[in-house]
Amino acid sequence: MSVNVKTFARLADAASALANERGARFMGGGTVLMRLINDTNPAVETVVRSTDQSLLHLAVSSGRIELGSGVTMAAVLAERDLAFLHAAARAVGGPAIREAATVGGNLFARTPYGDFATALLALDATVTLAVGLGQRELPLEEFLDRRERGTSLVSAVAFKRPAAEAFRFLKVTRVHPRGVSVLSIAAQLPLASGRITGARIAFGGMNRTPVRAKAAERALEGRALDAAGIAPALAVAAEGTAPADDAIASAWWRREILPVHLRRLLIGPGQA
Amino acid sequence: MKTPVQFRLNGEDVAAFAESGANLLDVLREVVGDLSVKGGCWQGSCGACTVLIDGAPRLSCLTLAESIAGRSIETAAGLRRGAELHPLQIAFMERFAAQCGYCTSGMLMAAKALLDRNPSPTREDVVEALGGNICRCTGYEPIIQAVLDAASGDRRRRA
Repeated sequence: MSVNVKTFARLADAASALANERGARFMGGGTVLMRLINDTNPAVETVVRSTDQSLLHLAVSSGRIELGSGVTMAAVLAERDLAFLHAAARAVGGPAIREAATVGGNLFARTPYGDFATALLALDATVTLAVGLGQRELPLEEFLDRRERGTSLVSAVAFKRPAAEAFRFLKVTRVHPRGVSVLSIAAQLPLASGRITGARIAFGGMNRTPVRAKAAERALEGRALDAAGIAPALAVAAEGTAPADDAIASAWWRREILPVHLRRLLIGPGQA
Repeated sequence: MKTPVQFRLNGEDVAAFAESGANLLDVLREVVGDLSVKGGCWQGSCGACTVLIDGAPRLSCLTLAESIAGRSIETAAGLRRGAELHPLQIAFMERFAAQCGYCTSGMLMAAKALLDRNPSPTREDVVEALGGNICRCTGYEPIIQAVLDAASGDRRRRA
């Protein structure tokens, strides 16, 4: 099956084509879309690409971090100032995948993929969409909730740099070193006087898209980061999740192991 | 609909017509005739189709052929220089790192990408670099040892 490929130098032109072409999909690194094309999936009639250099924008400051949607996982790993994100970037495939897989593409990757999007969700990231000649910014959580509807062209993501040591990421897989996720967990745990304030926790693999663990976040508020402090959060960790039964794990198994791994992420396996 | 695409392949200029939406793997094998690149899954899961694009490892099955215009591609067919095999090829033979051999060209290119960037890798570096390449015959150990042998051989030659 031949697919119509349209490449645009300007992002605005790509956004316009994406909005107006029936069956059009935007291709970043190709790791999501080429699989569908190789399977001759009839849902992909037209591929829209852009060589706009703004998609490769990567700006790291002390306060805010901006990543163009075309920034690859390999580029994230090459950036020393993004060390807190390296575990999440390294969770995406092997080295050859990471050279192609983009930040923007990961936002559209379906379970069991999308580990980097899980990390971005715990960072309270915003997503910038290219709309016509302009741009629109919205919270990542809102974007993920409606990503299956519409034909959005993500141009960038942005988030505040987390406090030192406040961000953690964990991927659970059955196959090492490179298996797909059974689930993944990202957590941002700001501490004030030894108490957690404004925790952000996100789960990958526990729903159709990465989801915030809002019950666990609420349960951590004002608590110490120790076994007693996190116990209420572990008890409600699976609240609001709807994991799938698939070849990787059953929904029951995912719910069972979720608090175990959340505990390991928060305080380590051997902490009392 | 066919699209013209020009690129460098193992140091030679190549001009080909690729079916619109075709992946690089199919173009290399079926249009250009480089059969050293193997197709395993066409889903990015096995690593058999690994090539280097501008020196970086990439899965040719997930690479849109039209996107490599003007780029430099390296495949296992370009590893040896005349009659002289690449140190990785020699090490793979000496370590019996190939059984059925289907994964070998992808393994070689993933290993070359590692050694080109890091000539003195640790075992952990090798395991990480080959993490996207599946072998169902060897149990990986001979492959890991071959890559370490090739690296240490290179170091001996440079000394």
